[in-house]
Amino acid sequence: AACVAAGANAEPDTDQLVVNEEIEMITEAAAPAHTENLSTVYSGWRFRADETQALQMDDFENPAMIFVEAAAEVWSTADGTKGNSCASCHEDVESLRGVRAVYPKWNEAAGEVRTLEMQINDCRENQMGADKWKYTGGDMTNMTALISSVSRGMPVNVAIDGPAQSMWEQGKELYYTRTGQLELSCANCHEDSYGMMIRADHLSQGQINGFPTYRLKNTKLNSVHARFKGCVRDTRAETFKPGSADFVALELYVASRGNGLSVEGPSVRN
Amino acid sequence: MKIAFLAAAAIALTATGVTAEIVKPQDVAYVDGAVATSLTGTPGNAENGAVIMNKGAGNCIACHEVTALNHLPFHGEIGPMLDGVADRWSEAELRGIVANAKIMFEGSMMPSFYKTSGFTRLGDAYTGKAHPEGEVKPLLTAQEIEDVVAYLMTLKYD
Ligand code: HEC
Ligand code: HEC
Ligand code: HEC
Repeated sequence: AACVAAGANAEPDTDQLVVNEEIEMITEAAAPAHTENLSTVYSGWRFRADETQALQMDDFENPAMIFVEAAAEVWSTADGTKGNSCASCHEDVESLRGVRAVYPKWNEAAGEVRTLEMQINDCRENQMGADKWKYTGGDMTNMTALISSVSRGMPVNVAIDGPAQSMWEQGKELYYTRTGQLELSCANCHEDSYGMMIRADHLSQGQINGFPTYRLKNTKLNSVHARFKGCVRDTRAETFKPGSADFVALELYVASRGNGLSVEGPSVRN
Repeated sequence: MKIAFLAAAAIALTATGVTAEIVKPQDVAYVDGAVATSLTGTPGNAENGAVIMNKGAGNCIACHEVTALNHLPFHGEIGPMLDGVADRWSEAELRGIVANAKIMFEGSMMPSFYKTSGFTRLGDAYTGKAHPEGEVKPLLTAQEIEDVVAYLMTLKYD
């Protein structure tokens, strides 16, 4: 009888997130106008148990930070035919402060919406003459964690108008499509049912402001597309490929639903 | 001798009867969301129904709380609590709800447990891969539906 989940922890809690007693995170914000069916958006942090929450409040406790440190080394290590490292052009990673908050973003020169991962691989290929990293691989996810970490606390502010709009519409369509044999959409779980228990899981709004995320469940950093893939798979559906145009569109759309929440990555979840 | 022969014949009869009578997912007749006749002709086993409530492709308590299953951990809260459900619904209605809840409750989040077509990006169970060509198995077999319905019929207040 002890384990029956009652309404007690159904809603997001009222805890406030301050990291390192310094970075004040916005974990609750008025929903952006284009997120029609929600009035308030919440970070996934607000739905986690106190012990999990605590791990994200101090970088010494946050298990994701060793991956950030690993990426900091890679940052200044030359790779590829051109003998460049990221630092050759971007100097200190702090120069990329604010970048995480506005991605995915339309790239005018390339004529496409780019995720952070796509931009990093573009720099590796074209600026460094190095091999692309695997989209959800360790090197890549570590680097996104490093780049995200310097934007922590800044509000997510992804643009959805102009040339990005059609992709945003495509992402929205995917968000509301019921897939797989269980015929569930992202919205079924993360819009209609957030705050409720689904078996042992306390459903959040499925926001991505905290990515990449260190999950206690698989004890590693998880990228946005890896998480999407898991959620689609769990509807007994054929998933999309990480890095595919479908998932880029979905990321743009989901990111925009969190406009106003702080960049938290790398966060800690269960 | 005669009795034994008759008994054997009766078993054979039921056995053939069973295979012949299984209603395929596409042939289930819903009337206002309810299904009047058994999908198999074999009475449901409530005990096995209780197992399905907790396991495999049933996993009903992922979304529903059931006090009688309190010994099992983690009941979800997405659907209504099922205590007393047999007071609220007839057996035919429960069969219809479990087989395909979207007919009784339009747009319901509840999966359709006895349905094999009309999916988007149907996968091969939880592999994330596309479902291979060929026959699609419903989430629950006809007899499993009957077992779950038999279990739900035990959920009465009085
Ligand atoms: C030889 C130069 C060079 C190297 C090496 C390089 N980049 Fe870049 N990077 C650029 C240029 C140029 C841009 C485009 C700047 C712009 O359009 O704002 C860019 C853009 C970016 C952006 C997007 C910034 C924004 O404001 O949108 C990110 C993120 C980035 N690089 C990460 C990396 C990482 C990580 C590495 C190493 C793995 C790396 N870069 C290596 C030149 C380089
Ligand atoms: C069957 C229910 C279900 C469906 C459908 C579903 N998810 Fe999830 N999702 C979960 C659960 C459970 C979790 C873990 C708890 C939580 O954060 O909600 C989760 C977590 C997430 C997270 C991590 C949130 C964080 O703060 O770490 C994201 C992002 C996410 N889902 C996005 C999606 C997207 C996009 C879709 C549709 C493609 C989707 N989900 C479909 C159940 C679902
Ligand atoms: C993903 C969530 C989910 C799962 C899994 C699920 N249900 Fe449901 N169920 C619902 C929802 C939501 C409703 C409410 C009907 C509606 O959509 O309005 C419901 C309604 C019902 C009802 C009617 C209850 C009442 O009091 O009116 C019954 C009976 C029922 N479900 C039985 C089951 C059984 C048996 C299973 C497993 C074989 C199951 N459900 C699995 C979500 C679910």
